[in-house]
Amino acid sequence: MIHFVLLISRQGKVRLTKWYSTYSKKERSKVLRELSGVILTRGPRLCNFVEWRGLKVVYKRYASLYFCMCIDPDGNELEILEIIHHYVEVLDRYFGSVCELDLIYNFHKAYYILDEILISGELQESSKRTVVRSVAAQDSLVEAAKEQTGSTISNIIAHAAK
Amino acid sequence: MLYIYMLGYDVDFGHMEAVSLISAPKYPEKQVGYIVTSCLLNENHDFLRLAINTVRNDIIGRNETFQCLALTMVGNIGGREFAESLAPDVQKLLLSSSCRPLVRKKAALCLLRLFRKNPDVVNVDGWADRMAQLLDERDLGVLTSSMSLLVALVSNNHEAYWSCLPKCVKTLERLARNQDIPQEYTYYGIPSPWLQVKTMRALQYFPTIEDPYTRRTLFEVLQRILMGTDVVKNVNKNNASHAVLFEALALVMHLDAEKEMMSQCVALLGKFIAVREPNIRYLGLENMTRMLMVTDVQEIIKRHQAQIITSLKDPDISIRRRALDLLYGMCDVTNAKDIVEELLQYLSSADFTMREELSLKAAILAEKFAPDLSWYVDVILQLIDKAGDFISDDIWFRVVQFVTNNDDLQPYAAAKVKEYLEKPAVHETMVKVSAYILGEYSHLLARRPGCSPKEIFAILHEKLPTVSTTTIPILLSAYAKILMHTQPPDQELQSQIWAIFNKYESCIDAEIQQRAVEYFALCQKGAALMDILAEMPKFPERKSSLIKRAEYSEADTAEQSAIKLRAQQQPSNALVVTDQPPANGATSPVPVGPLSLVMVPSMITTEDHTSTDQALSQQNGSLTKVDPQHPSADLLGDLLGPLAIEGPPGATVQSEHNAVSGLEGGPDAVDGSAIVPVEEQRNTVQPIGNIAERFHALCLKDSGVLYEDPYIQIGIKAEWRAHHGRLVLFLGNKNTAPLVSVQALMLPPAHLKMELSLVPDTIPPRAQVQCPLEVVNLRPSRDVAVLDFSYKFGTNMVNVKLRLPAVLNKFLQPIPVPGEEFFPQWRSLSGPPLKLQEVVRGVRPMPLPEMANLLNSFRLMICPGLDPNPNNLVASTTFYSESTHAMLCLIRIETDPADRTQLRMTLASGDPTLTFELKEFIKEQLITIPTAPPQSPAPAPPPAAQATPQIPPNDPAALLAGLLS
Repeated sequence: MIHFVLLISRQGKVRLTKWYSTYSKKERSKVLRELSGVILTRGPRLCNFVEWRGLKVVYKRYASLYFCMCIDPDGNELEILEIIHHYVEVLDRYFGSVCELDLIYNFHKAYYILDEILISGELQESSKRTVVRSVAAQDSLVEAAKEQTGSTISNIIAHAAK
Repeated sequence: MLYIYMLGYDVDFGHMEAVSLISAPKYPEKQVGYIVTSCLLNENHDFLRLAINTVRNDIIGRNETFQCLALTMVGNIGGREFAESLAPDVQKLLLSSSCRPLVRKKAALCLLRLFRKNPDVVNVDGWADRMAQLLDERDLGVLTSSMSLLVALVSNNHEAYWSCLPKCVKTLERLARNQDIPQEYTYYGIPSPWLQVKTMRALQYFPTIEDPYTRRTLFEVLQRILMGTDVVKNVNKNNASHAVLFEALALVMHLDAEKEMMSQCVALLGKFIAVREPNIRYLGLENMTRMLMVTDVQEIIKRHQAQIITSLKDPDISIRRRALDLLYGMCDVTNAKDIVEELLQYLSSADFTMREELSLKAAILAEKFAPDLSWYVDVILQLIDKAGDFISDDIWFRVVQFVTNNDDLQPYAAAKVKEYLEKPAVHETMVKVSAYILGEYSHLLARRPGCSPKEIFAILHEKLPTVSTTTIPILLSAYAKILMHTQPPDQELQSQIWAIFNKYESCIDAEIQQRAVEYFALCQKGAALMDILAEMPKFPERKSSLIKRAEYSEADTAEQSAIKLRAQQQPSNALVVTDQPPANGATSPVPVGPLSLVMVPSMITTEDHTSTDQALSQQNGSLTKVDPQHPSADLLGDLLGPLAIEGPPGATVQSEHNAVSGLEGGPDAVDGSAIVPVEEQRNTVQPIGNIAERFHALCLKDSGVLYEDPYIQIGIKAEWRAHHGRLVLFLGNKNTAPLVSVQALMLPPAHLKMELSLVPDTIPPRAQVQCPLEVVNLRPSRDVAVLDFSYKFGTNMVNVKLRLPAVLNKFLQPIPVPGEEFFPQWRSLSGPPLKLQEVVRGVRPMPLPEMANLLNSFRLMICPGLDPNPNNLVASTTFYSESTHAMLCLIRIETDPADRTQLRMTLASGDPTLTFELKEFIKEQLITIPTAPPQSPAPAPPPAAQATPQIPPNDPAALLAGLLS
């Protein structure tokens, strides 16, 4: 099971956090501090696993972003590594060659996508197409709702104008 | 707002808004509400309670997207309260055929979360069958989610989900053969690697696979995975296929496959630890460590030793850690020398974060597998030399113990430490060891050149200015001893040493001051010095404090488990090394003395508390004789003792002193109680631990140690299914010599059919043999099976009778019975002999929840809420035996809140004997105290254990009477 997912930029800024195990606010910030210290200092060409407080952290660096997932010590590390890659591929497909800025300005989208891939720390959907499809469906719902509100407002304005 | 939060600001003010957004009717608002809530709050947050109702409405509502949102949120942050109120709805969603896969897979994972928070949510009749149906699912997304759910369920209780096993194998086969897998579910050409991994994980929770067809299919699939995976260029494809491969390896290990397949696995791993890709190397090492637990592959693994040692020098600390772990795990008598030397060499170049762990491990291995003791001393001294900062006091205490206990070793050790001391820079720990050893044994070297007392003194004294206050007392003791050994007395040396004592008489540190004063006074006594400062007597044998420490050390869990594994296999190896008859007390005037010196550093910490009043007492002017009752007096009790006898008030002081030594004997005895003192070992082999307690503990759990003595450890592991039981006895020889004439005889009671497989006549040194034992329960009875076990070690013939924990409650299977079923059943079983009632008196008083726990631990499931009276307990269970098959038993216990020692118990089942036996069984458990009361801490073995060997072997009745203590 995955305990939490973190996205940290190379400067140590946190871009996304998702907690599947219960951590209090204090613990959360402690974890963030400790882990960014551990992971950001590791050199290239080392393995992608770090043992940390009896758990394992699987991380991978994509451009300037570190994707980290924390798992139980007996979990399958390579599997998690590929979940990370799967997530990145889905992001890529959704945003069309994703970059850090996409995630900063559309962080809520990143959360939706993550929710479509992982629930309660387990992989939910391994098909990229299905994930993208359902996120797109959500988007269109939002758009529809917006248009509706928009049109209601314009109606009101129109009424008022008369 | 989420953005503000991510930047690290406090957003408490917005939580309420977020939660209220959830109940908004419009999708975008709801979506934002859900996402913010699930990111910001955790399951214990109060606001979440407010949302439960809205969430529930969304889940049971018709709108699919709302359902998804709600399920996702609950899946991510749902807590116990959610579990209680939402589980049935989520289950319905998961099973309903009208839902789209999108919703169902979310429901599966949501249920998983709820299950983790409260395992009762799936305790519904027939859930296992429904689970099996779920596994027939064609949609791989849903299947992946269901498999995750299954993994969690099975890890909790595999027995209920046997029916899912063949389905798992089938799924795996389908994936491995790439049959009928939609294109979108293949990942770099591999059919859903995640699902493969999960399926194999689920399979690992089932103890064995009995159906030969399923087993064969599974092995074919595994073989295919093992053989068909090669290293390819594409990183992701490589990772994915290796993820599957490693999981397959784990499964093979779990299944105890044939030797051929095992060695194939080891060969693969051997290849992995040599590749360039760091991830694979890391995993190769890790899995090899796991593989060590499989019995007969160690030899094959040893072939890779050189490669593993190379990994110790890897640039990546994760890999280095794994390599160290593996080396530690694979070390045994044959390769200990190489490995430890390698570790020592590495120590000087290792980075600081690893040194402490490294030195601790090297010390343990050196101690455990030392081929000879001088080697051990060498290793530890080197260790101290190279990594003194990381050597805990335990390690050097241990060396001192060994040296003291082995006469041959003493001159060698003394010469060796002297060599080290002559180096220009010496670590303080080294000074401590050297001072101690030279003080004790330097006279043995006196004839060698450069080792006259004077020279030794000079060497030691050179270090005095450089050391801290904890070391000075040890040095002072060494001086006193050197002085004592100088015969005839050397005036010059004497005056030098006296000058030092004089100087420290006014030292600010109470410990140093006291020693200086006392030694000075002693020296002036002349001849009496001889007796007082005689050589330290042998240390009582004890479990290595290092191993103890290793057990508790806060290493990360993987390591910890490795250490524990070792400790369990060979708990008291170290004891064997010094198996010499002790010359206890012969040279020492007071037999409790030996601890005092070695314990100095730890005593000093306590000294801090007493130093003030000690200073007071010394101001009072009793400088030469410290009041024997003073807390610190027992430190030097052995030194003060004879002195007091010489003193004028003779008898009174002596008795006073005896009181002190008695006091001191107290902690000593406690120390020794874990193991049996050596003297007693000579008479008869005494068990370690309380046999009765171990038995009672095993009645409640399925694996543990049944019996242990200095030579052998008998562990037990049991699996129970309906009326069948399969026990495995692990007979472990703890010694370096084989155990011969090993015999194990079953004395089964009439109601159990037992078959013990062949027990080998000899157990090789440090080996463990497994003897499976099949048990079939024919009918209900409380009688206990007895194992008559005997072996011969040297000239000792040991025979023990052990009760086997194949007791009534093992054939019970807890089952919850809802009210609507319970009452008709209860009424239909009316009156004796099917329903029996008894008022039990003399019950061990305990609060109701504790009693409920006790019953639950006996696999009687408490059904709360059936009885309106809160003082009553209602429980239900199923009993399995060949004659009764599965039989429902219902229990009701009425307690009296005013008088906890009595209660009324009513039992009902469809079988008169069962009712009676079960009633008696529960009664026994409630009246007697199953976890035997704490015995006196003295090293004398508990009465039950003592009685066992004396019972005539061929009288089962007397035997049982004796055993049921």
